[in-house]
Amino acid sequence: MQTTTVFLILIALCVISFYTGRKRSQIVAMQHGGLDTLHSLPNHYGYMAAVWAALPALFVLLVWMGFESSVLHALVVGQLPQNIQQLPPDELGLYYNQVQGFARGAIDSAQLDEAQISAAEYYIRTVTSFSQMKATLVFVVAIIGALLAIRRVTPVFRARNHVEKIFEWVLFSSSFVAVLTTLGIVLSVMFEAIRFFQIIPVQDFLFGLQWSPQMAIRANQVAASGSFGFVPLLVGTLLISTVALLIAVPIGLMSAIYLSEYASRRFRAVTKPVLEILAGVPTVVYGFFAALTVAPFIREMGESVGLNVASESAMAAGLVMGIMIIPFVMSLSDDIINAVPVSLREASLGMGATMNETIRKVVLPAALPGIVGGILLAASRAIGETMIVVMAAGLSAKLTINPLEAVTTITVQIVTLLVGDQEFDNPKTLAAFALGLVLFFVTLLLNFIALHVVRKYREQYE
Amino acid sequence: MSAIATITDIKTQNIEGKVPMDKRSALEIESQDATDTYETIGTPRVDNAKMSARHVNVFYGEKQAILDVSLDIGRNEVLAMIGPSGCGKSTFLRTLNRMNDIIPICKVRGDITLEGEDIYKSDQDTVMLRARVGMVFQKPNPFPKSIYENVAYGPRIHGLAHSKAEMDEIVEQSLRRASLFDEVKDQLDKPGTGLSGGQQQRLCIARAIAVSPEVILMDEPCSALDPIATARIEELIDDLKEKYTIAIVTHSMQQAARVSQRTAYFHLGKLIEVGETKEIFTFPKHQLTENYITGRFG
Amino acid sequence: MNSMSDSNRSNTTAAIAASLKKRYARERRFQWYGRLAVLTGFIFLFILLTDIVIKGSPAFTQHFIKLDIDFNTEVLGISQNATAEEISGADFSAVVKDSLRTMFPDVSGRKEKKALYRLISIRAEYTLRDMVLENPALLGTNAEVWLLAHSEAGSYLKGQVDASAPESDRKVKDIQVVWLDTLAKEGRTESRFNSTFFLSGDSREPELAGIKAALYGSLFTLLVTFCLAFPIGVLSAIYLEEFAPRNRLTDLIEININNLAAVPSIVFGLLGLAVFINFFELPRSAPLVGGVVLALMTLPTIIITSRAAIQAVPPSIQEAAMGVGASKLQTVFHHVLPVAMPGVLTGSIIGMAQALGETAPLLMIGMVAFIMDVPGGVTDPSTVLPVQIYLWADSPERGFTEKTSAAIMVLMAFLILMNGLAVYLRKRFELK
Repeated sequence: MQTTTVFLILIALCVISFYTGRKRSQIVAMQHGGLDTLHSLPNHYGYMAAVWAALPALFVLLVWMGFESSVLHALVVGQLPQNIQQLPPDELGLYYNQVQGFARGAIDSAQLDEAQISAAEYYIRTVTSFSQMKATLVFVVAIIGALLAIRRVTPVFRARNHVEKIFEWVLFSSSFVAVLTTLGIVLSVMFEAIRFFQIIPVQDFLFGLQWSPQMAIRANQVAASGSFGFVPLLVGTLLISTVALLIAVPIGLMSAIYLSEYASRRFRAVTKPVLEILAGVPTVVYGFFAALTVAPFIREMGESVGLNVASESAMAAGLVMGIMIIPFVMSLSDDIINAVPVSLREASLGMGATMNETIRKVVLPAALPGIVGGILLAASRAIGETMIVVMAAGLSAKLTINPLEAVTTITVQIVTLLVGDQEFDNPKTLAAFALGLVLFFVTLLLNFIALHVVRKYREQYE
Repeated sequence: MSAIATITDIKTQNIEGKVPMDKRSALEIESQDATDTYETIGTPRVDNAKMSARHVNVFYGEKQAILDVSLDIGRNEVLAMIGPSGCGKSTFLRTLNRMNDIIPICKVRGDITLEGEDIYKSDQDTVMLRARVGMVFQKPNPFPKSIYENVAYGPRIHGLAHSKAEMDEIVEQSLRRASLFDEVKDQLDKPGTGLSGGQQQRLCIARAIAVSPEVILMDEPCSALDPIATARIEELIDDLKEKYTIAIVTHSMQQAARVSQRTAYFHLGKLIEVGETKEIFTFPKHQLTENYITGRFG
Repeated sequence: MNSMSDSNRSNTTAAIAASLKKRYARERRFQWYGRLAVLTGFIFLFILLTDIVIKGSPAFTQHFIKLDIDFNTEVLGISQNATAEEISGADFSAVVKDSLRTMFPDVSGRKEKKALYRLISIRAEYTLRDMVLENPALLGTNAEVWLLAHSEAGSYLKGQVDASAPESDRKVKDIQVVWLDTLAKEGRTESRFNSTFFLSGDSREPELAGIKAALYGSLFTLLVTFCLAFPIGVLSAIYLEEFAPRNRLTDLIEININNLAAVPSIVFGLLGLAVFINFFELPRSAPLVGGVVLALMTLPTIIITSRAAIQAVPPSIQEAAMGVGASKLQTVFHHVLPVAMPGVLTGSIIGMAQALGETAPLLMIGMVAFIMDVPGGVTDPSTVLPVQIYLWADSPERGFTEKTSAAIMVLMAFLILMNGLAVYLRKRFELK
C-alpha cells in the first residue's frame, strides 16, 4: 500500500476516533446524570481519542519509513551469493543498484546476471510484504491508541487538560526541530569530516598550500591521495568576499544614511522596496549575470587598458556578490543608525553642526560597533554564498590575492566534489564535508560575534 | 525579500511608530482655533532686547502649537518659561534657534530677531545661528566620546582653535565656566557618558558654551536630575547670566523663582502672562497664572 | 570682562563665517555621495533586469519553416495502407531531407547536405509521424507543412546572428545564411509563440527544451516544504511566544533558531545528503528530500516572522479570552492565531519564495539530473526551476542562453507574485 494511502486512511481513523470518543463521553455522561457531570466538553474527549489514534501511529510510520530501505538493503544483500557479498563496498553498491533498478523496471534484464534477477524478484516480494506489514502495523497502532483513549473516558477524567498537555508537547517538539537540525548538521558533517581527517592529517588540511583533489579520481591510482591544502580555498573565499564587501558596504551604508537622514518620506517609501528587490533575486540569477554579463565585461575592460583579466575573475564574482548584499547591508545599517538616539543628533545640530558633520562625527562613531557587527553578518553571508561563485568563479585553487585572477572558494569546491557520483570512502568526497565543517563553524562564529556586538550596542542605547 | 529585511522592517516601523506618539500629545492638546485672539498680560517687551519674537505662530501640519506669541528676551537676563506640560513652551524655545527645522511638518510664522536681525530670513544661516544661540536639552546627552572631545566638538567643527594649545585653553575655560573642571581635570580622556547625571548635564553646558554663544536655551535642564545636582546647575545658571543671555523652560516654579529675572507663563500655546519673576509669583494678574502657581493644576 | 567676551564672540563669528563655504560644499558633496549610492543600487538593478529581459524575451518565440513534404511511401519504407505500428517505425526524417534537397537541388557533398538538414529541428520527424498517424490518408500525397526550425537557424531568423562576422566565429554558416534568406524571401518562415518552452521538459536540443518538468519539480518540492515548514514553524512560534518557560532549554532553542537563520544554505544540502540520502536512504533527486531540506532551511524565517506577528497581537485580546475562562491553548488557537494569521502568512510566503529561488542545497542531493519527463509525485526524480537555470547556464549552445534568461523571467515572475502577495497581506494587516 502506498504511503499516501496509509496516510489518508490514518486521517480517516482519526476522524472516526474523534466521533467515537465524543459519543462515548456523551453516553457515559448520560449514565452519570447528564452532560454537566463531565469534567470537559465532549469534543475534548473526541480530540483525545483522535490524538491517541494519530500520534503513535504517525511515529511508527515515520520510523518505518526511515529504516525501510536500509533493512531492505540488508535483506536483499543477505540473499545474494557469498562471492558477491564479499565484493568491495562500492562494487556491491553498484550491483545492488542494478538489482533495485531492474526491480523498479528502470533497467533492462539484459544487463543482469541470474543472481541479480532472482535477487530482484526477492526484492519485489519483500517490498510488497513490507508495505502490507507497514499498513497493518500503523492501523493496529492507531486503533489500539484510540481504544485505549476511549476506555479512559469517565466523567472525572480531565480530557481537556490531557489534550492540552499533549498539545503543549507537540508545540515543544516543533520548536525542538531547530535543535535537531543543528545537531543533524553538526553530527553528519563532523562524522564524515572525521573520516576525512583519518586519511588526511588535520594539519595538512589546515595549513597545506595546495588543493588538487582531482588527483584522487581512481582509488587505486598511485599517489591517489591528492593534495588537500585548505589555504588557497580560504584565501580565494576571503578575496571574493572582500571585493563583495568593498562594493556593498559603502553603497549600502551611504544609501542607508541618505535614505534615513536626507531623503523625504515619499522618496524613501519608493526607494527602499525597489532596492530590496536586489535581495529577493535568486542567487542562481546573479550567478548567470556574473558569468555571462559581468565577467566578459570586466575582461574586455581589462583588455582595453592592457590588463590580463581571467574570464572567471574574482572581481566579477565579488562585484555581483556585492550587489546581492547591498540591501542586506542597507537594512542593517538603517536599523543601526536609527538606534542612535535623536538626542545626540539634536545636541550636535543644536551647536550648529551641519548634517554631514553630525553624521560623520557623532552618529557614525556612535553606531560603529553596530555597523561592524552588520559588516560581519554581511561577511558571513558572502562566505557562505554558493551559486554566484559556482557559476562565475574558477575551479583551480590558485593562491593569489589579485582580484583579476581566477580563484576558487570553499563552497565551489563543496559543490564540485559532491555533484555527480560519490563514493563515501574516498577522501575526495569526504573532503567536501571537512570543508562544510569549516564553513559551518566560520559562519557560526562570525554570526555569534556579530550578534553579540550588535546586542551590546543596542543595550547601550536602551 | 530576505528574512532579515522583513525583521528590520518590523523594527523600523516600531521606531517610526513611536515618534509621532510623543508629539501627538503636544499636537492634540495645543490644537486651537487660529482665529482666537487674546492679549498677553504684563510686559512682553523690554528695551534693547537680545532676542525678540513678534506674533509667532507654529504649526505641526494642520495643528497649531503656538498662537500669536510676542516675547522679548533681555540682555544678560534669565527668562523662565513655565506652564503645564504641552503648553508650547518647549516648542517656542526651539523656534529661537530653529531646532524645529529638523521636523519636516513644522512651520513657523511671525518674526524672530536676534540683535535685530531676522533669524527666519531666507538667507539666514542655521549653522551660524545655532552657534550664536546654543541649546541644552532636557536629558543630558553627552556624545559617546571622551570628556575632552565632547567639549572640543563645537570648536572643532567650527574651526575655532588653530592649535592644540588653543583647544586645550577653550576646553579648560568652558569646563571651568560650567564649574566642572575641578571634578574632571584628571579624567579628560574618560568617556563623558561615564559621569553622573548632574556632571553630564554640566558637561553639556560646557559643550554649549565652548563655541561662545550669545544666548543659551535650556529645555528643562534639571528634570532628569536629583535635587543636589539641580542646585548646582541653578547656581551655575546664575553665574552664567553674567556673560550669556539665557532662556530656560522649566516645569518647576521654584526653579523659575530661584534663577530667573523674568517669567513667562504659557497655556495651550498662548503666552498668557509675562513679567518680573517676583511680581508674577506674588501678584499674578491672570486667573490661569494664579491657578497654575498656586498648584491648582499643572 | 564683558568687552573681552564680546571680542571673543566677534572672533568666533568671523571664524565660523570663514569656515562656512567649505563646510557647505562638504555637505553638498556628502549628499551627493548618498544620492550616488542609491543611484548605483538602482543602476545595478536596472542593468540586471534589462540584461535578463533582453536576453530572455526572444526565447518566447520560435521560428517555423514551411516545407513541401511528399509523403512518399517508398521513401518512408512502408506500404500505402501501413498499420499504425509500421507508421511509427517509418523514417520520417527521410521525407524532410528529401523535401529540403528538392528545394535546394544544387546542394552536394556530405558536409553541405548535413548543413542543410540542420535547418530543421529533429522534432520535424515526430511532427510528421503524428500527422500521418492521425490522418493515414496523407500517405502518398503532398502537403505544405510548417516545421520547427533548428535552434541555430532559428537564432539567425530572429536576427541574433551577425552574418558579417567571420564564418568561423558563428554556428550558422554562410551557406545556411543563403538558404535561410531564400526561405525568408519566399515567405516560408514564420515566428510563433514558443509553447514548447512551457509544455515540455528538458532536452539536449535548445529549441525543444522547456521548463514544464522543472516547474512541476518546483511545485512538488514547495509542496513538501510548505507541508512541513508551515505547521512546524507556526507551532514553534506559538510555543516560544506563548508557552515556553524561561529556562536554559528555551534559550538553547532560541539560539539555535537564530543561528540556523545564518547557516549557509549549502550546509543544509550537506545535511540532506548525509542524513536523508545516505543514512535513511531516501531516493536521490526527489522533491521529497529537496522539500525536507528546504523546509529545514526556511523554518527559521517562518518562526521569526510568525513570532513577530504573534507578538503584535494586542494583549487585551488574550486577556479578554482568558477572562471568560478560555484555556491558554484555546485562547491562542481561537483568538491570537487568527489575528496574527496575515503576519504569519506573510512570513511563510516570504519563506516559500526563498525556498523557490534556492539552488545550492538541491545540487547536493542530486536534483541536478537531466530530467525530460514531468515528475508525477514527490519521489520521482526531478529538478527544480533554479537548478534548471543553473544547468542551462552551463550549456555552451547559444540557444540555451536565451532559454536560461527566459526561465529566469518565469522564476522572477513567480517570486514577484509571491512577494506581492506578502506585501498585500502585510498592508492589510497594518490597516487593522
